[in-house]
Amino acid sequence: MNLDDDLLQAFVDGAVGPAERAAVEAALQADPEAARRVLRLVEQKRLIKERFDPVMQEPIPERLRLRRPAWIGYARAAAVLAAGIAIGLAAPSPWRFGAPATPVATAPAPVAAGLPTRAARAHVVYAAEVRHPVEVEAAQQDHLVAWLSKRLGTALKVPVLSPEGFELLGGRLLPGPEGPVAQFMYQEGTGKRLTLYVSARSKQEGPTAFRFAQEGPVSVFYWIDGNWGYALSGDIDKAALSRVSTSVYRQLNP
Amino acid sequence: MPVDSDAIVAYIPNLRRYARALAGERHAADDLVQDTLERAMRKFHLWRPGDLRAWLFSIMHNVFINQLRSKRNQPTDELGEYAGAGTPDWVTDAHDLERGLAGLPPEQREVVLMVSLEDMSYEEVSRALGIPIGTVMSRLSRGREKLRRHMDGEGTRPNLKAVP
Repeated sequence: MNLDDDLLQAFVDGAVGPAERAAVEAALQADPEAARRVLRLVEQKRLIKERFDPVMQEPIPERLRLRRPAWIGYARAAAVLAAGIAIGLAAPSPWRFGAPATPVATAPAPVAAGLPTRAARAHVVYAAEVRHPVEVEAAQQDHLVAWLSKRLGTALKVPVLSPEGFELLGGRLLPGPEGPVAQFMYQEGTGKRLTLYVSARSKQEGPTAFRFAQEGPVSVFYWIDGNWGYALSGDIDKAALSRVSTSVYRQLNP
Repeated sequence: MPVDSDAIVAYIPNLRRYARALAGERHAADDLVQDTLERAMRKFHLWRPGDLRAWLFSIMHNVFINQLRSKRNQPTDELGEYAGAGTPDWVTDAHDLERGLAGLPPEQREVVLMVSLEDMSYEEVSRALGIPIGTVMSRLSRGREKLRRHMDGEGTRPNLKAVP
Protein backbone atom coordinates (compact mmCIF):
# COMPACT_ATOMS: atom_id res chain seq x y z
CA MET A 1 0.00 0.00 0.00
CA ASN A 2 1.32 3.39 -0.99
CA LEU A 3 0.97 5.61 2.07
CA ASP A 4 1.16 8.94 0.25
CA ASP A 5 0.30 12.26 1.85
CA ASP A 6 -3.18 12.43 0.34
CA LEU A 7 -4.10 9.07 1.76
CA LEU A 8 -2.66 9.79 5.19
CA GLN A 9 -4.46 13.10 5.29
CA ALA A 10 -7.77 11.47 4.33
CA PHE A 11 -7.12 8.82 6.96
CA VAL A 12 -6.62 11.46 9.66
CA ASP A 13 -9.72 13.37 8.56
CA GLY A 14 -11.92 10.29 8.58
CA ALA A 15 -12.40 10.48 4.83
CA VAL A 16 -11.62 6.82 4.09
CA GLY A 17 -14.05 3.92 4.26
CA PRO A 18 -13.83 1.23 6.95
CA ALA A 19 -12.01 -1.29 4.73
CA GLU A 20 -9.41 1.23 3.59
CA ARG A 21 -9.03 2.47 7.15
CA ALA A 22 -8.14 -1.03 8.33
CA ALA A 23 -5.67 -1.42 5.47
CA VAL A 24 -3.99 1.91 6.29
CA GLU A 25 -3.80 0.99 9.95
CA ALA A 26 -2.10 -2.28 9.06
CA ALA A 27 0.32 -0.58 6.66
CA LEU A 28 1.21 2.05 9.26
CA GLN A 29 2.45 -0.72 11.58
CA ALA A 30 5.16 -1.46 9.08
CA ASP A 31 6.01 2.13 8.20
CA PRO A 32 7.22 4.19 11.18
CA GLU A 33 7.95 7.23 9.00
CA ALA A 34 4.34 7.31 7.73
CA ALA A 35 3.10 6.74 11.27
CA ARG A 36 5.08 9.80 12.39
CA ARG A 37 3.46 11.87 9.64
CA VAL A 38 0.03 10.72 10.81
CA LEU A 39 0.85 11.67 14.38
CA ARG A 40 2.00 15.11 13.30
CA LEU A 41 -1.28 15.70 11.46
CA VAL A 42 -3.32 14.54 14.43
CA GLU A 43 -1.26 16.69 16.77
CA GLN A 44 -1.69 19.78 14.61
CA LYS A 45 -5.44 19.30 14.51
CA ARG A 46 -5.51 18.89 18.26
CA LEU A 47 -3.46 22.06 18.82
CA ILE A 48 -5.77 24.14 16.64
CA LYS A 49 -8.85 22.83 18.43
CA GLU A 50 -7.34 23.28 21.84
CA ARG A 51 -6.42 26.87 21.08
CA PHE A 52 -9.81 27.97 19.70
CA ASP A 53 -12.36 25.74 21.41
CA PRO A 54 -12.61 28.09 24.41
CA VAL A 55 -14.15 30.70 22.09
CA MET A 56 -17.25 28.50 21.97
CA GLN A 57 -17.74 28.99 25.70
CA GLU A 58 -17.45 32.77 25.65
CA PRO A 59 -20.71 34.61 26.16
CA ILE A 60 -22.20 35.80 22.88
CA PRO A 61 -21.71 39.56 22.60
CA GLU A 62 -24.89 41.61 22.50
CA ARG A 63 -24.30 42.70 18.95
CA LEU A 64 -24.41 39.10 17.74
CA ARG A 65 -27.75 38.28 19.29
CA LEU A 66 -30.60 37.91 16.90
CA ARG A 67 -34.14 39.10 16.95
CA ARG A 68 -37.01 37.39 15.23
CA PRO A 69 -37.37 38.08 11.54
CA ALA A 70 -40.05 40.47 10.39
CA TRP A 71 -42.50 37.94 9.07
CA ILE A 72 -42.84 36.21 12.40
CA GLY A 73 -43.52 39.55 14.02
CA TYR A 74 -46.11 40.45 11.40
CA ALA A 75 -47.82 37.09 11.56
CA ARG A 76 -47.91 37.31 15.30
CA ALA A 77 -49.17 40.89 15.24
CA ALA A 78 -51.91 39.90 12.83
CA ALA A 79 -52.94 37.05 15.08
CA VAL A 80 -52.88 39.24 18.15
CA LEU A 81 -54.93 41.98 16.48
CA ALA A 82 -57.46 39.59 15.04
CA ALA A 83 -58.05 37.87 18.33
CA GLY A 84 -57.65 40.85 20.55
CA ILE A 85 -55.37 38.89 22.80
CA ALA A 86 -51.79 39.36 23.77
CA ILE A 87 -49.74 36.25 23.36
CA GLY A 88 -46.82 37.67 25.24
CA LEU A 89 -44.13 38.51 22.72
CA ALA A 90 -42.50 41.69 21.65
CA ALA A 91 -43.74 43.98 18.91
CA PRO A 92 -42.83 43.03 15.35
CA SER A 93 -39.35 43.99 14.34
CA PRO A 94 -37.07 43.07 11.51
CA TRP A 95 -33.87 41.24 12.32
CA ARG A 96 -31.92 43.61 14.41
CA PHE A 97 -28.62 43.46 16.12
CA GLY A 98 -27.67 44.76 19.49
CA ALA A 99 -29.56 45.29 22.73
CA PRO A 100 -32.26 42.66 22.25
CA ALA A 101 -35.26 42.61 24.54
CA THR A 102 -35.08 38.85 24.88
CA PRO A 103 -31.94 36.86 24.15
CA VAL A 104 -32.98 34.37 21.54
CA ALA A 105 -29.92 32.26 22.20
CA THR A 106 -31.62 30.73 25.21
CA ALA A 107 -34.29 29.08 23.06
CA PRO A 108 -33.13 25.59 22.10
CA ALA A 109 -33.71 24.73 18.49
CA PRO A 110 -34.44 21.05 18.06
CA VAL A 111 -37.96 20.66 19.35
CA ALA A 112 -39.61 23.87 18.24
CA ALA A 113 -38.09 23.13 14.86
CA GLY A 114 -39.31 19.55 14.94
CA LEU A 115 -42.92 20.30 15.73
CA PRO A 116 -43.91 22.04 12.49
CA THR A 117 -41.98 19.53 10.43
CA ARG A 118 -43.65 16.57 12.06
CA ALA A 119 -47.05 18.22 11.86
CA ALA A 120 -46.59 19.03 8.18
CA ARG A 121 -45.49 15.49 7.36
CA ALA A 122 -48.50 14.03 9.15
CA HIS A 123 -50.68 16.52 7.33
CA VAL A 124 -49.32 15.53 3.93
CA VAL A 125 -49.79 11.84 4.62
CA TYR A 126 -53.32 11.89 6.00
CA ALA A 127 -54.94 14.96 4.45
CA ALA A 128 -54.41 13.33 1.06
CA GLU A 129 -56.32 10.22 2.14
CA VAL A 130 -59.61 9.94 0.31
CA ARG A 131 -61.10 6.93 2.02
CA HIS A 132 -59.44 6.87 5.43
CA PRO A 133 -58.43 10.41 6.37
CA VAL A 134 -59.30 9.73 10.02
CA GLU A 135 -59.44 6.78 12.36
CA VAL A 136 -62.51 7.93 14.25
CA GLU A 137 -65.06 10.11 12.51
CA ALA A 138 -66.65 13.26 13.80
CA ALA A 139 -69.96 11.43 14.17
CA GLN A 140 -68.39 9.75 17.19
CA GLN A 141 -66.85 12.92 18.51
CA ASP A 142 -67.38 12.09 22.18
CA HIS A 143 -65.63 8.78 21.77
CA LEU A 144 -62.85 10.40 19.71
CA VAL A 145 -62.12 13.02 22.34
CA ALA A 146 -62.31 10.59 25.26
CA TRP A 147 -60.03 8.14 23.51
CA LEU A 148 -57.37 10.63 22.45
CA SER A 149 -57.51 12.40 25.83
CA LYS A 150 -56.89 9.11 27.54
CA ARG A 151 -53.97 8.23 25.28
CA LEU A 152 -52.32 11.66 25.57
CA GLY A 153 -53.06 11.88 29.28
CA THR A 154 -54.74 15.27 29.12
CA ALA A 155 -58.25 16.55 28.61
CA LEU A 156 -58.28 17.51 24.94
CA LYS A 157 -60.62 20.10 23.56
CA VAL A 158 -61.60 20.05 19.94
CA PRO A 159 -61.93 23.56 18.55
CA VAL A 160 -65.04 24.33 16.54
CA LEU A 161 -64.00 25.91 13.26
CA SER A 162 -67.39 26.12 11.53
CA PRO A 163 -67.36 29.95 11.68
CA GLU A 164 -64.11 29.74 9.66
CA GLY A 165 -65.77 27.37 7.21
CA PHE A 166 -64.08 24.16 8.39
CA GLU A 167 -65.99 21.17 9.74
CA LEU A 168 -64.43 18.46 11.86
CA LEU A 169 -63.85 15.25 9.92
CA GLY A 170 -62.46 13.30 12.86
CA GLY A 171 -59.09 12.41 14.28
CA ARG A 172 -56.39 9.85 14.72
CA LEU A 173 -53.62 8.77 17.04
CA LEU A 174 -50.02 9.09 15.83
CA PRO A 175 -46.64 8.22 17.30
CA GLY A 176 -44.37 11.11 18.31
CA PRO A 177 -40.97 11.51 19.96
CA GLU A 178 -42.58 12.42 23.29
CA GLY A 179 -45.32 9.78 23.11
CA PRO A 180 -48.73 9.67 21.50
CA VAL A 181 -49.84 12.55 19.29
CA ALA A 182 -53.39 13.51 18.37
CA GLN A 183 -54.31 14.74 14.92
CA PHE A 184 -57.68 16.33 14.25
CA MET A 185 -58.74 16.92 10.68
CA TYR A 186 -61.07 19.56 9.36
CA GLN A 187 -62.50 20.06 5.91
CA GLU A 188 -63.82 23.06 4.05
CA GLY A 189 -66.69 22.89 1.56
CA THR A 190 -64.22 22.97 -1.33
CA GLY A 191 -62.45 19.92 0.06
CA LYS A 192 -59.46 21.81 1.48
CA ARG A 193 -58.28 20.21 4.66
CA LEU A 194 -56.59 21.44 7.81
CA THR A 195 -55.03 19.33 10.51
CA LEU A 196 -54.44 20.23 14.13
CA TYR A 197 -51.52 18.34 15.60
CA VAL A 198 -51.30 18.13 19.39
CA SER A 199 -48.10 16.77 20.87
CA ALA A 200 -46.49 16.72 24.30
CA ARG A 201 -43.83 19.39 24.66
CA SER A 202 -40.28 18.17 24.86
CA LYS A 203 -38.48 18.92 28.10
CA GLN A 204 -35.92 21.19 26.44
CA GLU A 205 -38.55 23.39 24.89
CA GLY A 206 -39.85 26.51 26.57
CA PRO A 207 -43.14 28.21 25.77
CA THR A 208 -43.33 29.59 22.27
CA ALA A 209 -45.92 31.96 20.92
CA PHE A 210 -47.26 31.86 17.40
CA ARG A 211 -44.75 30.96 14.78
CA PHE A 212 -45.16 30.31 11.14
CA ALA A 213 -43.31 27.71 9.10
CA GLN A 214 -43.53 26.82 5.45
CA GLU A 215 -42.89 23.13 4.92
CA GLY A 216 -42.98 22.66 1.18
CA PRO A 217 -46.57 23.32 0.10
CA VAL A 218 -47.84 23.13 3.66
CA SER A 219 -48.21 26.23 5.81
CA VAL A 220 -47.96 25.64 9.54
CA PHE A 221 -48.79 27.86 12.48
CA TYR A 222 -47.53 26.43 15.73
CA TRP A 223 -47.10 27.33 19.35
CA ILE A 224 -46.15 25.70 22.59
CA ASP A 225 -48.30 26.31 25.57
CA GLY A 226 -47.72 24.70 28.93
CA ASN A 227 -46.83 21.09 28.34
CA TRP A 228 -48.28 20.91 24.86
CA GLY A 229 -47.27 21.87 21.39
CA TYR A 230 -49.93 22.70 18.82
CA ALA A 231 -49.53 22.96 15.08
CA LEU A 232 -52.20 23.82 12.56
CA SER A 233 -51.25 22.78 9.04
CA GLY A 234 -52.90 23.40 5.74
CA ASP A 235 -52.25 23.90 2.08
CA ILE A 236 -53.86 27.32 2.27
CA ASP A 237 -52.47 30.81 2.29
CA LYS A 238 -50.84 32.19 5.37
CA ALA A 239 -53.39 34.88 6.12
CA ALA A 240 -56.30 32.43 6.06
CA LEU A 241 -54.38 29.94 8.17
CA SER A 242 -53.46 32.68 10.60
CA ARG A 243 -57.16 33.51 11.03
CA VAL A 244 -58.06 29.91 11.78
CA SER A 245 -55.05 29.51 14.10
CA THR A 246 -56.19 32.48 16.10
CA SER A 247 -59.58 30.90 16.53
CA VAL A 248 -57.99 27.62 17.61
CA TYR A 249 -55.75 29.39 20.08
CA ARG A 250 -58.64 31.37 21.52
CA GLN A 251 -60.78 28.31 22.01
CA LEU A 252 -58.00 26.39 23.69
CA ASN A 253 -57.15 29.36 25.94
CA PRO A 254 -60.49 30.89 26.85
CA MET B 1 -36.72 21.36 7.99
CA PRO B 2 -36.80 24.18 10.48
CA VAL B 3 -37.71 27.55 9.12
CA ASP B 4 -36.55 29.25 12.20
CA SER B 5 -33.87 31.57 13.48
CA ASP B 6 -33.02 29.12 16.24
CA ALA B 7 -31.30 26.91 13.70
CA ILE B 8 -28.90 29.73 12.84
CA VAL B 9 -28.47 30.81 16.45
CA ALA B 10 -27.24 27.31 17.26
CA TYR B 11 -24.23 27.86 14.96
CA ILE B 12 -23.14 31.23 16.35
CA PRO B 13 -20.55 29.70 18.73
CA ASN B 14 -19.10 27.68 15.83
CA LEU B 15 -18.99 30.71 13.58
CA ARG B 16 -17.23 32.71 16.29
CA ARG B 17 -14.63 30.02 16.93
CA TYR B 18 -13.88 29.72 13.24
CA ALA B 19 -13.83 33.48 12.71
CA ARG B 20 -11.43 33.96 15.61
CA ALA B 21 -9.00 31.52 14.08
CA LEU B 22 -9.48 32.99 10.62
CA ALA B 23 -9.27 36.69 11.46
CA GLY B 24 -6.98 36.37 14.47
CA GLU B 25 -8.33 39.20 16.54
CA ARG B 26 -11.54 39.21 18.58
CA HIS B 27 -13.06 42.41 17.29
CA ALA B 28 -12.32 41.68 13.66
CA ALA B 29 -13.62 38.14 14.13
CA ASP B 30 -16.93 39.28 15.60
CA ASP B 31 -17.27 41.82 12.79
CA LEU B 32 -16.99 38.90 10.43
CA VAL B 33 -19.62 36.94 12.36
CA GLN B 34 -21.96 39.92 12.53
CA ASP B 35 -21.74 40.59 8.79
CA THR B 36 -22.30 36.89 8.17
CA LEU B 37 -25.39 36.76 10.35
CA GLU B 38 -26.84 39.90 8.79
CA ARG B 39 -26.38 38.47 5.35
CA ALA B 40 -27.77 35.08 6.41
CA MET B 41 -30.91 36.75 7.75
CA ARG B 42 -31.45 38.66 4.55
CA LYS B 43 -30.95 35.55 2.48
CA PHE B 44 -32.61 33.01 4.70
CA HIS B 45 -35.57 32.75 2.34
CA LEU B 46 -33.13 31.55 -0.32
CA TRP B 47 -31.85 28.73 1.82
CA ARG B 48 -33.13 25.33 0.70
CA PRO B 49 -33.28 22.58 3.29
CA GLY B 50 -29.92 20.92 3.30
CA ASP B 51 -26.69 21.59 5.07
CA LEU B 52 -27.26 24.78 7.03
CA ARG B 53 -23.70 24.77 8.40
CA ALA B 54 -22.12 24.66 4.95
CA TRP B 55 -24.47 27.43 3.86
CA LEU B 56 -23.52 29.67 6.79
CA PHE B 57 -19.82 29.01 6.27
CA SER B 58 -20.15 29.79 2.59
CA ILE B 59 -21.67 33.15 3.53
CA MET B 60 -18.83 33.78 5.94
CA HIS B 61 -16.36 32.88 3.21
CA ASN B 62 -17.88 35.50 0.90
CA VAL B 63 -17.86 38.13 3.63
CA PHE B 64 -14.25 37.28 4.46
CA ILE B 65 -13.13 37.49 0.83
CA ASN B 66 -14.85 40.85 0.46
CA GLN B 67 -13.11 42.13 3.57
CA LEU B 68 -9.74 40.96 2.26
CA ARG B 69 -10.40 42.71 -1.04
CA SER B 70 -11.23 46.00 0.62
CA LYS B 71 -8.17 45.67 2.85
CA ARG B 72 -6.01 44.99 -0.14
CA ASN B 73 -6.95 48.41 -1.46
CA GLN B 74 -5.62 50.01 1.68
CA PRO B 75 -1.95 50.99 1.74
CA THR B 76 -0.78 48.54 4.41
CA ASP B 77 -0.24 44.89 3.78
CA GLU B 78 -2.66 42.57 5.53
CA LEU B 79 0.20 40.64 7.03
CA GLY B 80 2.37 43.68 7.58
CA GLU B 81 2.43 43.34 11.32
CA TYR B 82 3.87 39.87 10.99
CA ALA B 83 6.37 40.57 8.28
CA GLY B 84 9.87 40.78 9.61
CA ALA B 85 8.81 40.25 13.19
CA GLY B 86 11.33 38.18 15.05
CA THR B 87 10.53 35.20 17.18
CA PRO B 88 11.36 36.05 20.80
CA ASP B 89 12.03 32.96 22.86
CA TRP B 90 9.17 33.72 25.27
CA VAL B 91 6.64 33.22 22.50
CA THR B 92 4.36 30.39 23.49
CA ASP B 93 3.03 27.61 21.31
CA ALA B 94 -0.34 29.34 21.15
CA HIS B 95 1.21 32.51 19.77
CA ASP B 96 3.25 30.46 17.43
CA LEU B 97 0.14 28.69 16.20
CA GLU B 98 -1.68 31.96 15.64
CA ARG B 99 1.28 33.43 13.80
CA GLY B 100 1.53 30.30 11.75
CA LEU B 101 -2.14 30.47 10.79
CA ALA B 102 -1.89 34.16 10.00
CA GLY B 103 1.03 33.37 7.74
CA LEU B 104 -1.00 30.98 5.61
CA PRO B 105 -2.58 32.22 2.41
CA PRO B 106 -6.24 32.88 3.30
CA GLU B 107 -7.55 30.16 0.99
CA GLN B 108 -5.37 27.57 2.75
CA ARG B 109 -6.22 28.92 6.21
CA GLU B 110 -9.94 28.53 5.51
CA VAL B 111 -9.67 24.89 4.50
CA VAL B 112 -7.32 23.96 7.34
CA LEU B 113 -9.66 25.57 9.88
CA MET B 114 -12.88 24.14 8.51
CA VAL B 115 -11.44 20.66 8.69
CA SER B 116 -9.55 21.08 11.97
CA LEU B 117 -12.11 23.07 13.97
CA GLU B 118 -15.41 22.03 12.47
CA ASP B 119 -14.46 18.50 11.43
CA MET B 120 -16.14 19.22 8.14
CA SER B 121 -15.97 16.56 5.48
CA TYR B 122 -14.07 17.45 2.30
CA GLU B 123 -17.39 17.49 0.52
CA GLU B 124 -18.88 19.97 2.95
CA VAL B 125 -15.83 22.23 2.61
CA SER B 126 -16.10 21.96 -1.14
CA ARG B 127 -19.72 23.11 -0.96
CA ALA B 128 -19.00 25.90 1.50
CA LEU B 129 -16.17 27.31 -0.60
CA GLY B 130 -17.52 26.42 -4.01
CA ILE B 131 -14.35 24.58 -5.05
CA PRO B 132 -13.75 20.99 -6.21
CA ILE B 133 -12.90 18.35 -3.61
CA GLY B 134 -9.47 17.89 -5.18
CA THR B 135 -8.74 21.55 -4.57
CA VAL B 136 -9.91 21.19 -0.96
CA MET B 137 -7.43 18.37 -0.46
CA SER B 138 -4.50 20.11 -2.09
CA ARG B 139 -5.06 23.37 -0.21
CA LEU B 140 -5.44 21.42 2.99
CA SER B 141 -2.22 19.53 2.53
CA ARG B 142 -0.22 22.60 1.46
CA GLY B 143 -1.64 24.63 4.36
CA ARG B 144 -0.88 21.94 6.88
CA GLU B 145 2.64 21.48 5.63
CA LYS B 146 3.32 25.20 5.75
CA LEU B 147 1.88 25.47 9.25
CA ARG B 148 3.94 22.50 10.37
CA ARG B 149 7.13 24.02 9.04
CA HIS B 150 6.32 27.26 10.84
CA MET B 151 5.65 25.45 14.11
CA ASP B 152 8.86 23.48 13.74
CA GLY B 153 10.72 26.71 13.31
CA GLU B 154 11.71 26.06 9.74
CA GLY B 155 11.78 29.18 7.65
CA THR B 156 11.54 31.53 10.61
CA ARG B 157 14.93 30.68 12.03
CA PRO B 158 18.19 30.40 10.19
CA ASN B 159 18.41 27.03 8.57
CA LEU B 160 21.56 25.65 10.17
CA LYS B 161 22.92 22.66 8.41
CA ALA B 162 25.98 20.84 9.50
CA VAL B 163 28.63 21.25 6.88
CA PRO B 164 30.44 18.00 6.34
